[in-house]
Parts: sequence; C-alpha cells; structure tokens
Amino acid sequence: MFKQHVIKLALAAAVATAAFASAQAEADITGAGASFPAPLIATWADVYRDVTEGAVVVNYQSIGSGGGIRQFIDQTVHFGATEAFLNQEQLDQARAGTGGEAYNLPITLADVVITYNVPGLETGVVFDGEVLAGIFLGDLVRWNDERLAALNPGVQLPDMLINVVHRADGSGTTNIFTSYLSSVSSDWAERVGAGTAVEWPTGVGASGNEGVAGLIGNTPGTIGYNSLVYATLNDIAYGYVVNAAGNVIQPSLASTSAAGDVELPQDTRTLIVNSQHPEGYPISGFTWALLYENADANKAFTSRAQAEETVRFLAWVMTEGQEFSEVLDFARLPQAAVDLNLARLAQVKWQGENIGQAIVDGFTTR
Amino acid sequence: MRAATPKNGRRVGDKVFLGLLTVTGLSVVAIALLMAWTLGRDAAEPISRFGFFGFLTGTRWDPVSGQFGAWPFVLGTLITSVAALALSFLPALGLAILSAEYAPRWLATIIDYIVDLLAAIPSVVLGIWGILVLAPFLRDRVYQPVFEWVLERAPDQAAWLGNPTGYGLITATLVLALMIVPYTTALARDAIRLVPVEQREAAWGLGATRWEVLRLAVLPYARGGITAGAVLSFGRALGETMAVAMLIGNSARLPLTLFGPAATMPSVIVNEFREAVESLHLAALMGIGFYLFLISLVVNLLAAWLQRRLAPGNVGL
Repeated sequence: MFKQHVIKLALAAAVATAAFASAQAEADITGAGASFPAPLIATWADVYRDVTEGAVVVNYQSIGSGGGIRQFIDQTVHFGATEAFLNQEQLDQARAGTGGEAYNLPITLADVVITYNVPGLETGVVFDGEVLAGIFLGDLVRWNDERLAALNPGVQLPDMLINVVHRADGSGTTNIFTSYLSSVSSDWAERVGAGTAVEWPTGVGASGNEGVAGLIGNTPGTIGYNSLVYATLNDIAYGYVVNAAGNVIQPSLASTSAAGDVELPQDTRTLIVNSQHPEGYPISGFTWALLYENADANKAFTSRAQAEETVRFLAWVMTEGQEFSEVLDFARLPQAAVDLNLARLAQVKWQGENIGQAIVDGFTTR
Repeated sequence: MRAATPKNGRRVGDKVFLGLLTVTGLSVVAIALLMAWTLGRDAAEPISRFGFFGFLTGTRWDPVSGQFGAWPFVLGTLITSVAALALSFLPALGLAILSAEYAPRWLATIIDYIVDLLAAIPSVVLGIWGILVLAPFLRDRVYQPVFEWVLERAPDQAAWLGNPTGYGLITATLVLALMIVPYTTALARDAIRLVPVEQREAAWGLGATRWEVLRLAVLPYARGGITAGAVLSFGRALGETMAVAMLIGNSARLPLTLFGPAATMPSVIVNEFREAVESLHLAALMGIGFYLFLISLVVNLLAAWLQRRLAPGNVGL
C-alpha cells in the first residue's frame, strides 16, 4: 500500500512530461490469470489509469495460471497471464479459435529461493543442483551430509534431519523449481519431472507461498522454496545457489533479470532455469501475458478501440511500466525480452489490418 | 393431508403456499441432482481412461505424467474421518449425558453454550490454532521424542513412523475430532432429552438406580438419534476442508507412515484446483469431487437407515 502511494507520487511528475501524444479512447480492459504477478499488475493498472487520465481502466482477476489460460482460450478476457507458457495443444486450440497466433509475452520474472530454518544457520548456505535434487528426492536426509558440507567449508552444519516442505497447491513457483531440478538432475527428471504440481517423493505440503514460509518459520530442520520477496518479508534464511557457470549466486532482482538476459527463442516459450548467464540466478522463470494476434477474433473485444488500448497498455507495461517492477520487489525484464515483446505487439491485427505497429512506434521513438 | 382439509378452508393463499413450497423444495432436489450430474460429466475423462474402479483405487497421483488415482485421498479421508469419529464419540456422548441427565440446570446451560460455541468456530481458525499451537506442541512433546526413542532402539522401525514435522494424519485427526464433538454432542443431547418422562419413571418404579435408568431406559430409547448424530458428524468430517488441508501435510502418496503427511479428498481439491493447467488434471479433481459426493450420499443414506432401524419402536430388535 505504502509503495503504491510512493509510486503514484513519483508518477505525478512523470505524467506531466510523458503525457500520451494521441487522445485516449475510453476503454475497460479485463485480464485474468496467475496470482504471482497480481500485485504488480494491480499497480500497473492503477498507475496506467492516472497516465491515461482515467480513460483506460484495467481489471485483473487473480485466479491462477490454469484459470487464466482457460479464460484466455475461452475468449472471455482481453489478455491472460500465466507462469507456465502455452503448450502446443493450447497454441493449436488458440489457432483453431482465432486463425492466428497466441502470443506469450514475458512481463516479469519470478525467482525461487531456497528457504530453510536450521538453528545456527544464517542466510547464505550454498547449494548446488545435485545437492538440491538429493534433498528433495529424499536421498540426502541430514543437514550435516558431506555433500552439503563440501559446498560450505567452515560452516557448522548440525546433525539434524532434513524436513522437506513443498507447495501443496499447484503453482508456477513449483513449475520453475521442478524445471530447475529436472534440468540439473537426470535422476529428478526421470523420477519426478517438472510441472505446476508434481508427485513429491518426500516432504510436507503447505498451501501458498505464505503457507510454506509459515511452516518453515515454525519448524526447525525444514527446507523449502519461496519467492524471494516472501523470504525477505518473513525474515527467513535463504541459500545461495551455484549456477551453470560455476559461480555462487546470491538471489536478487538483478541476478534474476540477468538470468533472463540470454538468447531467447522468437516465441519466448522457454524456461530460463539453469541460465547460462555467468551472473544469472539459476532458479528463475518468466511470467507471461497472453494476447491473440488476431484481436478481432477474440470474442471478449467489442471494438477496435478496446483492442488498441489493450495493445497500448501492454506496450506500456513492457517499457515504461518496467520502472515500477523493482519498487515492488519484482525483477525487471531484460532488454532481449522487451524487444521480442514489442516485435510481437507490432503484429497485432484487427480484421486483417495491422493496428500494433503504430502503437509500438509511439513507445520506441519517444 | 390435503384430502382432510375442509373445502371452505382451501383458499387461494393455500394454493399459492403449496405452489411455493413445491417449487422451492423441488429446486433444492434439482440442484443436488444437477451437481451430481455436472461432477460426473466433468469427471468423464479420467473415469473412462482409468475405469470407474481403476481411478478410485489407483495409487499414483502424478500430474506430470498424467497418471491419476484417487486412492491415497480416499484412504486419507476415511482414516482421518473414522479415527476422528472413534476419538470423539465417547467424550461427546459423555458430554451429552452429563448435560442432559446429571448436571444441574445452570451447569447444563453453560455446557450447552460452550459446545455450541465450539461448533461456531470457523474451521480456518481451528486450522490456524493447529498450525501455531497444536502442531508445534505435538512435534516437540510427542512425535520428536517418540521418533528419537525409536531411532535409538530400533532404527529400522523409524521408516514407518515418518519424519516428525508435526503436520500429518494424527494432528489433522485430532483437530477433526475436536470439530465434530459439538455435532455429536448436540444431536445426542437432544435425543436424550426427548426420551419421555414415563419411560424414566417406569424404570425408577422398578427400583432401578440412576445408572440403570440411563442404561436400560434412556439410552436404548435415544440410540437412534445418537447413532444418526454420529453418522452425520462422520459425514461432516468427510467433507471438512480447510483445517485438514492446513494440518495434514498434503502429500499425494499413500499414507503409510504414522507421523508423516497425507491428504484427503477435499484437501487435494482445494489445493490443486486453482492451478490445474492440464484438462485431465482438472477432470481428475472433478472425479475426486464426484466420488466424495457418492461417499457422502452413502453416509447420509446410512444415517437415515440407522435412525429408522434403531427408532424407539424397534427397541427390541
């Protein structure tokens, strides 16, 4: 709340200078999907209403990635948001429904940190992929295991059972974490795999980021995974992770953004876990907005102006909107992703006629 | 009844009232049937893929590979509910007898009031109490000491105990038992109070002691209501969601350890529904809802049957 207030104040100055060139059409935009980016999108919506002097109102329903994808494919929302990109089947469904592409547009990045509660251990215990896979597979059962000790010379690890805590609810955080484990451990990939919900070999499940943080907070010997912001807010110790380049990385907004600053495929449907970037934090992933190429085929749109305003809002999110990410503890999009996004938005059409290019030009030439 | 109504008493108001009753009454029935039909329809995919009993008794729940079986959750639900009923039944009955038979009026009022209050506590509040108080207490005072004791003496037996995190079947069962006590108590109390005075007086007249009056005259007469109350409490335990989801540890594996985590049918639905991305995953959750519906239906029918079977007229059976 306080942060939103600060942002608004900061914005009051910005609005005066960066006022939108063209007159805004009145429009209500509706989006739905993942709960992780909901605070960020709510702030964007708030600020954007001020930027457009109340003309454009964005409503976002935080109903979960699965619901966001379903509503997007059912064409009941103007844009969706998800922590898992559309799979081939869903892309085919979208193509069948609209005759065009469904764009996956990264809007921010999620970082997953290893949280633990062990008496005597502060933030900064070092893990690597193999040790983490061992712990979450239930093969590595004591805190003073020599494989963990080898990574942490000089740290006094207690002789204590490791209690694994995982998410009980399906979650994009779980998707990123299990994707990471799958990419660093063939054992994990074979026995468990990756997804928003998986068949955990061991451990206790708690609901939501706050549930995992709470359970770890009041149970000694536990280890789990959280968004960075929950670890810092709840004052829970979290670990550093050895990345693909062999560097020990402290999780931070900067190292998360760095993880995404790699060569991306054109459709951005990629997991950036175990990023090759030397400074990249290895357990991170994109959160995407979903938008149809053929906006007129989306039954949720009632007018061309509404479609144009949606594109304009998303283009603003990718560019000026990114200024607000770090204030809210979200990582900024790397430039590579911004460029791909704008290239995609520039191709949006209304009844075959391109409407995206002019809008995107308005943001890139400013 | 209507045939017995005098002709001049049948006014428009009666007809309107009857129509209103029929519409509202039947709409509830229709909604229940529609719900069952919707659940069954949306659960068609996993049921046709794995078979009605194959899905019910499948032991793997792996959204990644698309393998879905409801058995770990069915088992978790049945274990917690049966154990909670077993734990709570005698204390609840004792409380009902105390309130209805032994306690002076002022004490009975206080007991009734507190029992009703217990029933009014939202389950999420009990869940929070479980997380903040009960689970850490049980972990530090019971699970952990027992686990270490076993680890010292018979390390090979530690496997079926499971890691003592405080979250698991036992903790969830204890809270569940606490939650259903007021229901069993209230229904048993009412059944006992409804026993006719003549029944007791007859027993007194035969020279029975207070305990004998209770055992021979009151409890047999009230047993229909008591049993039905217990079965209804059981039904409530089956469907209890929040407190259980917060305390059971939520593991989709078969509940084979004593202290370890498990999951129930409602808890897996509430946990996984929001982010079920694959359609088969969603349909499998619908399937669990469908089975839960069927189990609840059976429990309710059983309650009705028991109440009839054990009704006062059938005392001698």
